[in-house]
Amino acid sequence: MKRALWTLAVLLSHWRRHPMQLATLLIGLISATALWSGVQALNQQARASYDRAAATFGGTRTAMLVARSGASFPQQLFVDLRRAGWPVSPVLEGRVQIEGRSFRLLGIEPVTLPADVGNAPAVGKADLQAFMTPPGTMLVAPETLADLKLAEGARPQANGGALLPPLRVQPNLVPGVLVVDIGVAQGILKMPDLLSRLLIGKATGRHAPLESVAGDKLRLIEPDAETDLERLTDSFHLNLTAFGLLSFFVGLFIVNSAIGLAFEQRLPTLRTLRACGVSARMMNVVLVIELVSLALVAGLIGLVCGYFIAGALLPDVAASLRGLYGAQIPGQLTLKPQWWIAGIAISILGALAAAAASLTKAVRLPLLATAQPFAWQQAQRRWLTYQSALALAAFAAAGGFLWFGDSLLTGFAVLAALMLGAALILPMLLEVVLSLGQRYARAPLGIWFWADSRQQLSGLSLALMALLLALAVNVGVSTMVESFSRTFLVWLDGRLAADVYVNAANDEQAHEIRAWLRERPEVEAVLPGGRADTQLAGAPLEVLGLPDHATYRDNWPLLQSADNAWIKLRPGDAALVSEQLARRLHLSVGDRIEVPASGGNWTLNVVGIYADYGNPKSQIAVNFAALTRRFPEIPLTRMGLRVAPEKIPTLISALQEKFALGDRNVADQATMKAESTRIFNRTFAVTAALNAFTLGVAGVALLTSLLTLANSRLPQLAPLWAIGVTRRRLAAIELLKTMSVALITTIFALPLGLLVAWCLLAIVNVKAFGWRLPFHVFPLQLLWLTGVAMAAAFAAAALPVIRLARMQPASLIRIFANER
Amino acid sequence: MNGSGPITRRGFIGGALLAGFGGRAFAQGFAGLSESADGFAPVVPDRTFAFPGDHGPHPEFRIEWWYVTANLTDARGIAYGIQWTLFRQAIAAGGAQEGWANQQIWMGHAAVTREDTHRVSQTFARGGVGQAGVAAAPFHAWIDAWEMRALDSMNDENIAPCSLKAAGADFSYTLRLDAERPLTLQGDGGYSRKSLREQASYYYSQPHYAAAGILTIDDKPIDVTGMAWLDREWSSQPLAADQSGWDWLSLHFNSGDKLMLYRMRQNDGQHYSSGKWIAPDNTVETLGSDDIVMTPLIVTQVAGRKIPTSWRIAVAKMALAIECRPLNPRSWMGTSFPYWEGPIRFEGSHTGVGYLEMTGY
Amino acid sequence: MTNGNPILPNVTGHVLHVTGLTKSYRAAGEEVAVLRGVNLTVAAGESVALTGESGSGKSTLLHLIAGLDAADGGEIRLADAQVSELSDAGRAELRRDRLGLVFQQFNLIPSLTVEDNLAFQSRIAGRHDAAWHGELVERLGLGRFLKRYPEQLSGGQQQRVAIGRALATKPLLLLADEPTGNLDEDTADEVLALARDLVTRSGCGFLMVTHSARLAATLDRQVNLHAGVIA
Repeated sequence: MKRALWTLAVLLSHWRRHPMQLATLLIGLISATALWSGVQALNQQARASYDRAAATFGGTRTAMLVARSGASFPQQLFVDLRRAGWPVSPVLEGRVQIEGRSFRLLGIEPVTLPADVGNAPAVGKADLQAFMTPPGTMLVAPETLADLKLAEGARPQANGGALLPPLRVQPNLVPGVLVVDIGVAQGILKMPDLLSRLLIGKATGRHAPLESVAGDKLRLIEPDAETDLERLTDSFHLNLTAFGLLSFFVGLFIVNSAIGLAFEQRLPTLRTLRACGVSARMMNVVLVIELVSLALVAGLIGLVCGYFIAGALLPDVAASLRGLYGAQIPGQLTLKPQWWIAGIAISILGALAAAAASLTKAVRLPLLATAQPFAWQQAQRRWLTYQSALALAAFAAAGGFLWFGDSLLTGFAVLAALMLGAALILPMLLEVVLSLGQRYARAPLGIWFWADSRQQLSGLSLALMALLLALAVNVGVSTMVESFSRTFLVWLDGRLAADVYVNAANDEQAHEIRAWLRERPEVEAVLPGGRADTQLAGAPLEVLGLPDHATYRDNWPLLQSADNAWIKLRPGDAALVSEQLARRLHLSVGDRIEVPASGGNWTLNVVGIYADYGNPKSQIAVNFAALTRRFPEIPLTRMGLRVAPEKIPTLISALQEKFALGDRNVADQATMKAESTRIFNRTFAVTAALNAFTLGVAGVALLTSLLTLANSRLPQLAPLWAIGVTRRRLAAIELLKTMSVALITTIFALPLGLLVAWCLLAIVNVKAFGWRLPFHVFPLQLLWLTGVAMAAAFAAAALPVIRLARMQPASLIRIFANER
Repeated sequence: MNGSGPITRRGFIGGALLAGFGGRAFAQGFAGLSESADGFAPVVPDRTFAFPGDHGPHPEFRIEWWYVTANLTDARGIAYGIQWTLFRQAIAAGGAQEGWANQQIWMGHAAVTREDTHRVSQTFARGGVGQAGVAAAPFHAWIDAWEMRALDSMNDENIAPCSLKAAGADFSYTLRLDAERPLTLQGDGGYSRKSLREQASYYYSQPHYAAAGILTIDDKPIDVTGMAWLDREWSSQPLAADQSGWDWLSLHFNSGDKLMLYRMRQNDGQHYSSGKWIAPDNTVETLGSDDIVMTPLIVTQVAGRKIPTSWRIAVAKMALAIECRPLNPRSWMGTSFPYWEGPIRFEGSHTGVGYLEMTGY
Repeated sequence: MTNGNPILPNVTGHVLHVTGLTKSYRAAGEEVAVLRGVNLTVAAGESVALTGESGSGKSTLLHLIAGLDAADGGEIRLADAQVSELSDAGRAELRRDRLGLVFQQFNLIPSLTVEDNLAFQSRIAGRHDAAWHGELVERLGLGRFLKRYPEQLSGGQQQRVAIGRALATKPLLLLADEPTGNLDEDTADEVLALARDLVTRSGCGFLMVTHSARLAATLDRQVNLHAGVIA
């Protein structure tokens, strides 16, 4: 033990003498661990919220019965099924508006509610009697209570005047959900004796076949390990995870080069230790202990950094998830112990993986240094061939995924295989370019320049691969984001066609406002708006009512449409469907859909498809008048106004004054646009932040690789110096070499990045969000990224080159004389 | 001074009805059965019972139950017991409301017992929507797929013939119950006082059922026959604060006599016994504390509790001295509120079979 | 790996016995026999110079004795230990506890101070002796340099540290491979004199490879390796 400690002390003394090296190693490990665990913390946080949502009385974690039509069904089916031995519990779901905001209302039946419905039925903490007997109790998350700005026990008023049950906080409830007794819910939603679904509990005995009880009215939905939100947000988290992984690997590149350098420098020490009687086994054990201890320290620091990264990104992530999917993520980071353990483990495993080559070398270290010339050329050729073969396999896999795959995961698999292949083929590509250069070089120094660059390849290739990947991802992501914002802005112009948007507090006020507006000469048109929520094919559906007005006919952007689509909307038997819905149900113009409405199913012809970016729900647009006929209960509080631009501010202030409307309830088009754009920019804020970080980490990787290489390359440069090449000249040549390989890499990264962007737009986005964006190339951006990459390469190459230029002749002599 | 046992014993269970939906702590604040009966109908003496009306529910009272136990044997002489119970509890006073606003909660317990096994199932329901309920005529008591239902030509005074059905995850039974003799009013003409503090219940029994049907354990159906016993009871404030538990028996003598008796254990150590002897000709003998001596013989460790599963019972007045042994000492009802209930056999001055229920251990 | 401090046999006779040692290398597809049956002994307290022209196998012989390489045939006995029969761990233990090694390239650990370089072998061997350590420091004249790093020392000073380290464990045998090869003549004489002095003080055997007849002459006995055998 003492012996091992002394040996460890000798090994560790190296770091005391080379603090920069230690710093590089730790920085690599810390950044790898920090980014990875930061992203994991975000994912974990989000997943926990999804679980919370899923556990809410029959999320997808519970088996359930729903109406085949997707609509509500008579309560008698519940009774019939119970009487036939089915352990079912009824749920009614709907939406209520409070203060102009929409909430999800869940009616549950606590007595039959299966005990194993997730973690949700802590309803028990509330008083059952008060919950079940009128007026009942309305359970809400603490966040919802804060949103409503009401105290516990207060009774909020729904749009339409109905007094809701007194509020009661239920800490583990999902925000935005109101939970009431089934009977209370039926009253609030004006759906007497109707249910949305039946949760299936643990079987208590045999039960009759479903068909013999419910005919074909109900359909069984098996429990799903994955929640709705998980499915919806998969892409987002895959995206985060992909960046986390990428940064992790780039961080490991740094660790790899730092450990490689340290090991090279410690070779004589290791030999001396062996010569002085440290056995090979002891040496290996101590080397591993040293590495694990360093990884432990770095892992802990990395975890703390990861925590802060996650904390810093969480608001953006939460905003994105809310904006994109309506998922509610609490803003306070809560981490499980597993997160810490996993973080430390990944740090140690990463360090061991990054050090594997060096450790293997140490294990095989011959006791006697034999100065045999390294057959680098042969070895390099073998290595290049091997890598290229792997690259081709990766490309083939990418092609296969692209051709056969039809899911989000395969979309990412295409991306991963593509990038892996590109990274693997990079050294071969560089080798080809460099050997072409060597063939056409004439001057002896020129030939040496190319040949030496080739020899450097194996040492630099890992860093160059990191640079390639970071650049390609950067190009891909920025192209996607740019394409997105450009498309989105144009689309928003069409969608936000009215000049002023008003949302009245209730129907009466809306009525008054309309009457008042009619008297105002500057108001050219009042366009009523309304929205109903229903279900289609087992998923939520928004039904949007559009008035028959030129504003929409002229501006509303349609991706596809039948002739005279807008005229066909008028009779109320036709609808425009959102791109998401069209993709999900494979609808095209001319198809029919059946939408459950209050009075029964509503058959609609699809006459057009429109883009509906950023909406997690499927949506259809119908004639406004038809909507109010079919869904008479919807609030009619929203309206759009056409107003002469110069009169807008005065009208808005007049409206606010007259009707005491807040900023939230009256907004002009510009404000709405700014708000929408802001939300959308936040969507990619996290991506952009991780993107930049990855590029930074790639830069550090390049720097450390070059530092490592610079040291081991001095013996190669010393003879050149000895035959009369000045140090300055040598430094210039070194710089030029680094820059040229970096440039070749960058040039290769650009088309790869565009390919990545295309994959993101055409595969990943479509699967993830249900919409496809047009693909644009932004040359200026590419140029700018090339500049950034070259600057990074320059910065990374500068330090070793400056050291070379300033190196004392004596050092060069010593190296020349003392060939290792 | 008699008749308080059963109502108390079952009231305790019934009161705890809400206490345990799958272990959820529902009951806060209202399961306390010793709270005042304000708003609920009081139990007063000299009530006139009328059938079939009184077979149906009495929602103006807080709690009520329909309770059947049966001692059965198959063709090879193997003994079985079954239990079928439907509890009703009102969580608020006032007449029964329509639909979900109905303030009745129903709970069903079912069990089968054999020497080597004891299977239990329970279920819950809200009233008002049809998942559970009781109709007086034609008589029908149900919760989910479990039911006790009048067969054609039912005699209201005998409350027979009936069919009885229940199923759990690993057992089920369907029985036909026949009776040639009418039901018996317990206590004083069906008014069953439970304490000096004017707490009481309405209570009648049908101890004369002949049962026959099919019992299925682990998917193996078995033809069975035997004797069954129905208890009907309702009240508004059944529980006394100083009671810790109950030992209750219903006995079928080979002679055709029936005996219901219990011992109510009080915190002050004053055990309180009561009973009623029903002769084959339906003449009755009411027994009080001084008449009954109950002595535990064997204590069994069940579900972490020590429970006296064998008893010596002596009623000098009736020349009764018997020892009761359980068919299965592990007849533990591991329901939301757990208790011990199972078939027994007895020998001594008299022989026969019966049911034993014990709570509060 | 054994712990503790093995009690060394009180060797008064020969500390090293080499008998019929053979070793050949494969180079450019040909088997080259370097040692063809070397016999050599070194007694306790005796200093022996091993001379021979370049490539005669002097260093190879030294490496085999140190257990840094394995012989093809013959026998090396170090006191009571049969070197050729030991495993890698056993040979490491032997080097740690019974041998001192000094090479031409000083072979100090650059990240340790002079003091730690002097002490680390004896510490790893678990036989650190503060008194002997102090005496070594004093005799080698290293007192002023204890806190310095090897790169801050001259060649002669570095080699003194290396000798000190090798002797710190009180080895049975000190093996030196051209220890003064990188030193000028005066320094070389001085360092060697010190080494001889310390060898005498500690009573161990001393086997030095050198190509310098002048230096060889200062030791007790000279043996010449020629054509794979000791002449």
